[in-house]
Amino acid sequence: MTKAERIASICAAHAGREGPMLPILHDIQAEFGCVDEASEALVAAELNLTRAEVHGVVSFYHDFTPAADPRPVVQICRAEACKARGVEALIDRARSAAGDRVKLKTVYCLGLCSAGPAARVGDRLHAWLDEDGLAQVIEQA
Amino acid sequence: MSRLVRISDDALARACGADAVAAAFEQAGATVERTSSYGMLWMEPLVDLDGEGYSFVQPEDVVAVLDGSSDKHIGAIADQPFLKRQTRLTFARAGKTRPLSLEDYAATRGWEGLQRARAIGPETVVQELTASGLRGRGGAGFPAGIKWDTVRKAAGTRKYIVCNADEGDSATFADRMMMEGDPFQLIEGMAIAAVAVGAQKGYIYVRSEYPDAIRKLRAAIPLAAPLIAPFEVEVRVGAGAYVCGEETSLLNSLEGKRGEVRAKPPLPALEGLFGCPTVVNNVLTLAAAAHILREGGAAEYAALGMGRSKGTMPIQIAGNVKRGGLYEAPFGLTLRELVHDIGGGTDSGRPVKAVQVGGPLGAYLHPDQFDIPFDYEAYAAADALIGHAGITVFDDSADMGAMARFAMEFCAAESCGKCTPCRLGSTRGVEVIDRIHAGGRALDALEQTPQMHNMPKQGRSREDEIALLTDLCETMRDASLCALGGFTPYPVMSALKHWPEDFG
Repeated sequence: MTKAERIASICAAHAGREGPMLPILHDIQAEFGCVDEASEALVAAELNLTRAEVHGVVSFYHDFTPAADPRPVVQICRAEACKARGVEALIDRARSAAGDRVKLKTVYCLGLCSAGPAARVGDRLHAWLDEDGLAQVIEQA
Repeated sequence: MSRLVRISDDALARACGADAVAAAFEQAGATVERTSSYGMLWMEPLVDLDGEGYSFVQPEDVVAVLDGSSDKHIGAIADQPFLKRQTRLTFARAGKTRPLSLEDYAATRGWEGLQRARAIGPETVVQELTASGLRGRGGAGFPAGIKWDTVRKAAGTRKYIVCNADEGDSATFADRMMMEGDPFQLIEGMAIAAVAVGAQKGYIYVRSEYPDAIRKLRAAIPLAAPLIAPFEVEVRVGAGAYVCGEETSLLNSLEGKRGEVRAKPPLPALEGLFGCPTVVNNVLTLAAAAHILREGGAAEYAALGMGRSKGTMPIQIAGNVKRGGLYEAPFGLTLRELVHDIGGGTDSGRPVKAVQVGGPLGAYLHPDQFDIPFDYEAYAAADALIGHAGITVFDDSADMGAMARFAMEFCAAESCGKCTPCRLGSTRGVEVIDRIHAGGRALDALEQTPQMHNMPKQGRSREDEIALLTDLCETMRDASLCALGGFTPYPVMSALKHWPEDFG
């Protein structure tokens, strides 16, 4: 199946929904690892919108990326509650553990605020991280 | 007979290894039930064996727990002081029921509110909600009954119930615990709202950072569908934008647009989702409605609390604190009680320096202010806000100048860009705070040219920069479209006021 066919079928799957844009973009991001220009054009055609309108939506949200990144992603919470528990002191070591192999992303809150510092890899959450703990999470990502 | 072990499947418990513990108990021959969390989050994974609790259990502790020799025994769970002192109405089922069990839900008075709402009719439902004194739990504290009544009276055949589950504030996790631990109560609350206003469709807008909550809701909705029909509920997942927790930007996001804030009026109650009358309520508001609509629920709710803050508030104790977790209590508690008596002080054992109440947009409170009662009006009078009732404790190693800068940085990163005070003010705010740290700045090359002879002859002093920050904060507070730009000055100015020594 070509990318165009696949995106058409994703759009068709959400056709019955009111305001289907975000569910469609989530599916595209999950399947292709990004929502690139070509995808934007295809979605625009399917939803009878301009490319500018679709690009405006895609570029607004942190979850949609313009190019795929094959590296594993580790999201580290650096919001207030995790700062209060010392996440900032773990960042240097985390960066060196990640190197070029793992992509580190800052997230503002995973909802584990009494048990920070916290991190997320895929749908797996980690709490009570210290320097070694976070480095280990990154190495195993 | 195999013994029954109960372990939470809340996201925090799972992050602490609850799944491996559950598997180890099953391997040891026990029957495992996955329940919601009691909210004593510092103890997770907490194991409930015949009502006796074992805290922080790891797979290697399983044998000792089962034969009664474990040193992780904490006594009867019901006798834990953290739980005993609470008044759990919205979180009455926490720790006790299986989140996706319709049987457990019905056995704990589930669906009573909805059945009664259908019997007494829309007008009486709204009257009872108003009489309970319930105010929006998302942060703004708007009376829920008035909102529902506005939507009920609004013209239009198509109406919506939108649940705001975009719980982006740091230190808040009560929405997450409700969705993961008691999803049927949220669905029941939405169905009651639908009865009250005549809505056909409901959306739960959940942030993408909550994968467990999304999964639970998606499993719960089909199970509950026949019980709430013809009303329908659908889960929609956010895409990492903090500002979508603001109700009008949430509505834009649901419609498939950029999550930009809308100017009000028109109120969403009159022209909300797709231009139709819409109830937008927080998870906890809707969940509380399920309790309030039961026989006698409204009167019970209204009898609790203080002043115009009625009922109970699920307070979330977080940050550098010994006993963090969910603490539902009537309004009126002081921060001193919450931080010291209930929370046990800092986890690091160092003195408490500051407490931020209400998430990233809430003020930093100094220990001198710890006697202010937990009440919407009392907080407003102290230039602070309750918000979604998350409290973050900081010890004396915290750098409040850095936290103030972070508040501006966060606002800059998450601003939707629609209004100027927030979009530009946040970035300028970071720069001004940096200059305060640097002690002001000298005249630049342009300012020294003869053409600029009207400029002050000296550069700016630290005091000048502080005056500039104060002015900038006033502009952001008074001229921003929504709470993101409008409330960012709270953490900034409170930090500057109480800890000026942290600003260089």
